[in-house]
Amino acid sequence: MTNNERNTEAIKRLYSISESIYEQLDKGQIPKMVLPLRTKANIKFDARTNVWKYGSLRGARSAKKVKGAMMLLRTSYMLELIQEMIETNKSSTLREAYYISEGWGKAKFHSQDESNLLTEDLEIVTQCLREDFKLRPEENGASIIGDINIVETDRKGRKKAVNCRDDVGDSGYGIPYNVEKEKIEIKNTSARFVVAVETGGMFDRLVENGFDEDQNAILVHLKGQPARSTRRFIRRLNDELRLPVIVFTDGDPWSFRIYASVAYGAIKTAHLSEYLATPTAEFIGITASDIENYDLPTDKLTDMDTRALNAELKDPRFNTAFWKGEIDLMLKLGRKSEQQALAKYGLNFVTDTYLPDKLNELGLLKK
Amino acid sequence: MPSTTAHKLAKGQKEISVSEFFEKNRQILGFDSPVKSLIMGVKEAVDNALDACEEAQMLPEIVVRIDKIDQKEYRVSVEDNGPGIVSTSMPNVFGRLLYGSRFHAVRQSRGQQGIGISATIMYGQITTGKAATARSKVEGAEAAKEIDIIIDTKKNAPVLLREDFIPWNEKEHGTRVAFYMNGRYVTGKQSVLEYLRQTAIVNPHASITFIDPDGRRYNFERATEQMPPLSKEIKPHPDGIELGTLMNMIKATKEKTLVKFLQNDFNRISERVAKEICAAAALPESTRPSNLTLESSKQLLEGMGKVKIMAPQVDCLSPIGGNLIRKGLKHVLMDIKPEFYAPPISREPKVHTGNPFLIEVGIVYGGDMPSDQPVQILRFANRVPLLYQQGACVITKAIESTDWRRYGLEQRGGSGIPFGPAIILVHVASTKIPFTSEAKEAIASVPAIQEEIALALKACGRSLKTHLNKKERKTRTRSKFEIVQIIIPLMAEKTAKIVGKPVPDLRGTLTKIMNVVWIDDSVIYEKKRHRVKVQVYNYTPKQQRFKVHTVLPKGGLDLASCSLRPSEIKDDEKITWELPKIASTALYEISFELKGLDQDAFSETELYVSGINPVDVMGADPLPGDWDLEGVNFTETEAPAAEKAEDEEDEPDYDESGEELNDE
Repeated sequence: MTNNERNTEAIKRLYSISESIYEQLDKGQIPKMVLPLRTKANIKFDARTNVWKYGSLRGARSAKKVKGAMMLLRTSYMLELIQEMIETNKSSTLREAYYISEGWGKAKFHSQDESNLLTEDLEIVTQCLREDFKLRPEENGASIIGDINIVETDRKGRKKAVNCRDDVGDSGYGIPYNVEKEKIEIKNTSARFVVAVETGGMFDRLVENGFDEDQNAILVHLKGQPARSTRRFIRRLNDELRLPVIVFTDGDPWSFRIYASVAYGAIKTAHLSEYLATPTAEFIGITASDIENYDLPTDKLTDMDTRALNAELKDPRFNTAFWKGEIDLMLKLGRKSEQQALAKYGLNFVTDTYLPDKLNELGLLKK
Repeated sequence: MPSTTAHKLAKGQKEISVSEFFEKNRQILGFDSPVKSLIMGVKEAVDNALDACEEAQMLPEIVVRIDKIDQKEYRVSVEDNGPGIVSTSMPNVFGRLLYGSRFHAVRQSRGQQGIGISATIMYGQITTGKAATARSKVEGAEAAKEIDIIIDTKKNAPVLLREDFIPWNEKEHGTRVAFYMNGRYVTGKQSVLEYLRQTAIVNPHASITFIDPDGRRYNFERATEQMPPLSKEIKPHPDGIELGTLMNMIKATKEKTLVKFLQNDFNRISERVAKEICAAAALPESTRPSNLTLESSKQLLEGMGKVKIMAPQVDCLSPIGGNLIRKGLKHVLMDIKPEFYAPPISREPKVHTGNPFLIEVGIVYGGDMPSDQPVQILRFANRVPLLYQQGACVITKAIESTDWRRYGLEQRGGSGIPFGPAIILVHVASTKIPFTSEAKEAIASVPAIQEEIALALKACGRSLKTHLNKKERKTRTRSKFEIVQIIIPLMAEKTAKIVGKPVPDLRGTLTKIMNVVWIDDSVIYEKKRHRVKVQVYNYTPKQQRFKVHTVLPKGGLDLASCSLRPSEIKDDEKITWELPKIASTALYEISFELKGLDQDAFSETELYVSGINPVDVMGADPLPGDWDLEGVNFTETEAPAAEKAEDEEDEPDYDESGEELNDE
């Protein structure tokens, strides 16, 4: 489908929602809309695609409650907004959409969470992407450094060839919010694998130590919980160039969730897991075992950390022997650690010892 | 002189001066900490000022000023606009302990509660070595008399250091006393400011100004011009009188026969009752009281117990009254903007050990008060705030043993001080308050008093619960109202525009969502009239016809202002309207006005319905069974009937699944 066709299809599907509300009102019913429940309990493993998606539990958004009634009302306003943007060939950020709603009177959003949530709901119901609705996130994806050639179509429609190691500065190539094929073509690479790094500090450390060239790696900075485009880009590298992906994060419950959203799919965007998640991505650390094995400097787990770990024990995505062991161990230690704690043994320790150890285990170490 | 040990001791005893006695007993007198001493000093002077103004039936205007002299020393000055003290009495009033007019009176006054202004002056003198200054002017006098006074603690006699006549032109009459004392000024729950604030609540007829050591000025303005009625002195009531007291009375009586003694020296004993008592005690009516032995006195006491005697009259008590309690609370608590003042309860007088007493209770709820803290308890004895010893007080015990969960406050296990955004005020008025100690900080647990407090608390608690029920019902209905009145019509308009069809008839949808008759009332007070609007929305699928009833303050309704003529008016206060047919989803409105009422007298309309299934109605209660009987009284309010079960849903509510999606 071309862009235009996708936009038209999105409008058609959104229109059918408004139509359904109208018909329910006309029949004297209480309007409602049925959606899959976006809860931890409704995340199911899909054996065909190897990612976690929404299961079969359904919830109803009904006009019986103020919250539901407001969301149904806003759906029609959203449709109008999207239609108008398509007609005038404009797009808006999610934040702009939230501000545009200021003019909707009663229907306006009270927080951007509400508008983001509704956008995701509409993606789920229409099976379109928010890009099809002409909505984009306000932040871009993160950055990458490594020997990979891509061709980006810029805002003026010119095609630009970029080598993500030689043509960029030290901060790397910035991943745009749209990384679909019409925007970015992935050409070729000499790299053997991809390292997705949580923190900027560690990303810069690996760049400074020349890890990408020494090991023929592509470094991707996740910037915490990665944006959709970052995850999508990693997935494409994995799909199209057959590059193995390893994830290197801090050693705490929140970092485990970063890995889960890269490899398994996030609860919030489980309807897109097929596009965003990279099921073969490997978690290398920092693990709870690393804390013991490398005797790393640590911090005490906070109450929030402990609650998060316990929640993960009930999360179906973490229901593996590896994760159970690691989470239990971290709870037992009562400690967490950061990537940069490896500097205890010197600035080169991570590239000379820690990562080679891990790559060796995975059979990825350059011989 | 024989020098036995006893004699030596006696000599020693003589030499214990009043000041030494005072120093040793300061705890029981209430001067046990610097903070408390300062409060006591203010309290004694303010109580005197209020009592003096009331006895003279003058609206009190009191100015309290505290100045800090050094780290420990303060100067307290209290000025009133009372009748003044004649100059010859001034030395004794301010300079002699236990001098006063109230020792033997059986009547309610603040004065019985303290140690007196002279003891306060003595405390100041002992701690600072400085004289007190008193100034007073009686009506019509050309000048005020001013004295500097100290107390000769050995002789318990006043010594005047200076005596002057001073023009006091800005004052027609009044008294000012100023003294120095060691103390410590603080703010908070136990402080001079809090004491004055609470005093203002229960004395809404007084105007109190306070200037603190930093020069900040606090004005507690008068909330009413109405003076409390002057309480009368009565003779002792025989109920629960103690043997010692009885024997003292026998010794002191001027009557020559037992029957006359009973008849004239006691409250509520008529000749007939006196004779009955004599018979019950098996003592001749003509017995000379002076001939009564200990044995026969006991007999007499028993005889008194056997005869039923009328309760004492109430005019020896001066209740604040429900209306003024509310005014006082409202006036002083304005800045915390409470959402509800439960109509205060003023109980009928009862008797404990021969002394009449009565209980008053008020509850204030909501506003800026914290909801996760224990409620604030305001305790008063004869209009005097009690700031200390809360735990030992019968008021606290009565509150703790009431199950507040029934009245909408949190309370673990149904006993103890409840939690919630509330203030509970309890006033005990009595000719003799049974304090736990001389410091007069807590009221003893007399069962008769505790029981009365508990009854008053419950009555007030019921009003609170009714209010909370109504509020909860309102918020619940409000949100539904928002759906049917605003959101659904907008939704219909918008979707109709999108699909290019006419706006659909919404009746079916709206009645499915609400399926009730919704009744809402609003009251606006302007131009001395309460404008009341009652809106009846029929959100049921069929047309409705029924009656609406209300109870209005007597004589308040302006009949000419009724938009719909009442079909019945009973006892001038119970109003019934027979509504016309209201079509499905239609609105019917009744409006009327009340005239000649205080703004506070009416704020919410009690609404009842009949001729319709009450479960189909929101915002009004079913007509109570005793409507046709005297008054509309409600016993314990039951939990409101559960809302009709909503239609079974196939799916759980998507928007209430309650899980944090951003937990990654």
